[in-house]
Amino acid sequence: MPKKVIMTQEDMRRTLARIAHELIERNELLENLILVGMHTRGVPLAKRLAANIEGFAETKIPVGTLDISLYRDDLSSLNLQPVVKHTDIPTSVDGKSIVLVDDVLYTGRSIRAAMDALTDLGRPHLIQLAVLVDRGHRELPIRADYVGKNIPSSKHEEIQVKLKETDGVDEVTIISTPVAKEGQ
Amino acid sequence: MRTTQKDNPALQIKPKAPETAIWRHHHILDVDDFSREEIELVFHTTKAMKEVLSRPIKRVPTLRGKTLITLFYEPSTRTRLSFELAAKNLSADVANLSASVSSVAKGESLVDTLSTLQALGADIVVMRHPRSGAPYIATKYIEASIVNAGDGWHAHPTQALLDLYTIQEHRESLKGLKVVIIGDIMHSRVARSNIWGLTTMGVEVTLCCPPTLLPVGLGSQHHFPSVSIEPNIELALDGADIVMTLRLQLERQQSGLLPSIREYIQLYQLTEARLARAKPDALVFHPGPVNEGIEISPNVAHGPQSVINEQVTNGVAVRMALLYLLTGSQKQ
Amino acid sequence: MKPLLIQGGRIIDPSQGIDITGSLLIAEGKILWLGKGEKTPPQPDYDVLPARGLVVCPGFIDLHCHLRQPGFEEKETIATGTKAAARGGFTTICCMPNTSPPLDNQTVVEYIKSKSASEGVVRVLPIGCISKGRKGEELAEMGELASAGVIAFSDDGEPALNSHLMRQALDYSRAFDLPIIDHCEDKALTEGGQMNEGIISTRLGLRGIPNAAEEIIVARDLALAQLTGSRLHIAHVTTEGSVELIRRAKEKGIKITAEVTPHHLTLTEERVIGYDTNAKVNPPLRTKRDIKALIQGLNDNTIDIIATDHAPHTEADKLCEFDLAPFGISGLETALGSLMSLVHDREISLVTLIAKLTYEPARIIGNKYSKLGTLAIGAPADVTLFDPTLEWVVDTKAFASKGRNTPLAGERLKGKVMATIFQGKLVYKDDSINVKGS
Repeated sequence: MPKKVIMTQEDMRRTLARIAHELIERNELLENLILVGMHTRGVPLAKRLAANIEGFAETKIPVGTLDISLYRDDLSSLNLQPVVKHTDIPTSVDGKSIVLVDDVLYTGRSIRAAMDALTDLGRPHLIQLAVLVDRGHRELPIRADYVGKNIPSSKHEEIQVKLKETDGVDEVTIISTPVAKEGQ
Repeated sequence: MRTTQKDNPALQIKPKAPETAIWRHHHILDVDDFSREEIELVFHTTKAMKEVLSRPIKRVPTLRGKTLITLFYEPSTRTRLSFELAAKNLSADVANLSASVSSVAKGESLVDTLSTLQALGADIVVMRHPRSGAPYIATKYIEASIVNAGDGWHAHPTQALLDLYTIQEHRESLKGLKVVIIGDIMHSRVARSNIWGLTTMGVEVTLCCPPTLLPVGLGSQHHFPSVSIEPNIELALDGADIVMTLRLQLERQQSGLLPSIREYIQLYQLTEARLARAKPDALVFHPGPVNEGIEISPNVAHGPQSVINEQVTNGVAVRMALLYLLTGSQKQ
Repeated sequence: MKPLLIQGGRIIDPSQGIDITGSLLIAEGKILWLGKGEKTPPQPDYDVLPARGLVVCPGFIDLHCHLRQPGFEEKETIATGTKAAARGGFTTICCMPNTSPPLDNQTVVEYIKSKSASEGVVRVLPIGCISKGRKGEELAEMGELASAGVIAFSDDGEPALNSHLMRQALDYSRAFDLPIIDHCEDKALTEGGQMNEGIISTRLGLRGIPNAAEEIIVARDLALAQLTGSRLHIAHVTTEGSVELIRRAKEKGIKITAEVTPHHLTLTEERVIGYDTNAKVNPPLRTKRDIKALIQGLNDNTIDIIATDHAPHTEADKLCEFDLAPFGISGLETALGSLMSLVHDREISLVTLIAKLTYEPARIIGNKYSKLGTLAIGAPADVTLFDPTLEWVVDTKAFASKGRNTPLAGERLKGKVMATIFQGKLVYKDDSINVKGS
């Protein structure tokens, strides 16, 4: 299947640096910030952002992980049951500014589930969203506050994000999946 | 029924959990249907559920819109409550039916009751019944998932799974542990399910009971190589990692299986002195309700080595995990 | 009725030591002529039933079945039970007395006889009670029962537990030269038992019925048979130990006969896994080891006959928790099909199988009822035709019996009854069988 690299390792490094700067710029009270990575690839991304912020602003930002399996709205139609992973947020969320971090923003349903999960954990002051890639095709009124790259895509294409921590390499590719022909 | 599981080499390294898991059980009837990998998946999911239980709001929307009905033909407050709480924590709708055996006398058969539950839209039926095999009938006559909360002498899979989970919370790996089960094994579904579950996970099981309360065949090394029999409680407890005591039903004396309860206490009660023969950090289990002063001395039941209360807490988490995994199976 | 020529089949009649390809002529309800090979009978006028590829043998005789009438007509009647027998190739069936009222007096025996004559399609021979009301306390009026026409005495369903009563029964029955049939079960050991005692009963959490429960009463009965010199018949033998006891008793010359059922010869306790109530039977299905001993017993004549112990129950009866379901397998219509697996696996020969279903049961019934179990000239024309290799699937909905309770539902069997003739009349035929006018 035809595959095209949209972001190289260097592209990703620069993008994450830029997002970190944006986070610092738009959040006056950095001490109130928590980065919450969404399983699976949102987690290493959140950690990298936290490291960047610590490098640029000399402030250590807590990083949490969030699993949304228990909040999905599509459990009845999935073929396989998602394995529940761990939700672990090191401090209380009450009154905090949460930045959800995910690799790809698509329909927006995962983010809706994540917001439900966060509000069950407490009452955050603010929830923002940072994504590496926004590929469009939203099904809910959700938008990202920080976007690495906008990649307009068709429904027959797949955006694949690979990270060193999980896949051994840093790369974002777009793959065309075969379209079913009429009558087949 | 299972024989042995293929060892999954990937389980020996600590792998990342797979993105999705194939859970092929539409019902939860007995632990001997589960492979080692499946039991590990239950542990993994239970851990996540325990995290939910530690929150101020112990609720997630996972089973929203699903109806769970408990059908208990035997009275049981704690197990039923545990299932009810598990279901409610997952946002399911719960209703309870306490059919007594007298409704059978009134003419309503098990199959009739099951048809009614089907008509009422039950997605999951949690069933406890005094006769072995009753949930198996249910699987033939109703579309809902059936969770066996105890059938006759046969099985109590959720109890075994919560016992296994409790052990692995304390001991990381189950393989090679020595677990001693003391009590009326013959009539105990908890014992049976635990024996199958423990041996699947590589545990060495010792059964300690009067020979009249030992079911036929468990002493066969050919069929049950990880199970040994030791009727002397002191010898059985030597070096044990885990001690599981079972409730003694007082009717056993009447049916002639024991000369007297007094003798049972003298020979088989788990006392502090006897417990001292086990490892110093050995844990004491009991499925409840406890007959203090009969199968276990009050000091041991309330002592530092007892994990009886943890079993109860873990029970809700394990049941939440199983209900979550079951909803995945319903579309297959 | 025109004479009927059963043509070109493999005629196997163990009573005469015959195993040939040939033809059999039936007229006026009797066997008239038997011819080898292509020979045709001297008289020219007859209908023809083509039997090429089929085995032709005497009609099967079942020494042990339950027809449920009077008292339990919802489970079976003489009408439906005899139709089921015909479908299974049985032309003579002996019904056990555990009806309501039980067969402990002449009136009930007369009832059975008249119902059989008017509604039955094969021969029904009654078995009378050992004790009044089957209560196991006092002897039934055996003399009256014998005159009324019973062919044996039994309290089946229940063992004759009172040893004194059993001895009296054995002694008293000698006057009538009729056997006592005992269902051997030590009830103190089997109380609450649901299936064979063993590893499977342990795994399933069901109370077991140990082998010893049967062997204890078999041993007792053999001792009493030796003491009294009377005729004893052991019903449904199921264990290796029982076979061994009977073998040794026969070596000593004790007058005993024994029977085994098709299900005990072919099914093990593993059938109960999954809690299939259709596999719940008393005595229970046992192990491979017991089956091996039973087959050996058939081959060395320790076990004389095969009898079905046909025990029909309604669907509702069996549709419940395992503990609550009644014991029993509906066996008349699957007997041959399941037994043929033993022949196909070369465990027993075809001739032995037929002997155990015809000649040997006839010997136990004795000459009171004219010559049964044989194709000798002049014998009643009770003939069974079967295809030894035809495969068919057991469809309980097609059963003539009201009892659909068999663990073999949906199974593929190899060997099927194609036609059954009772006293010269075709009482069952497979759709593929066509009688041609000559």
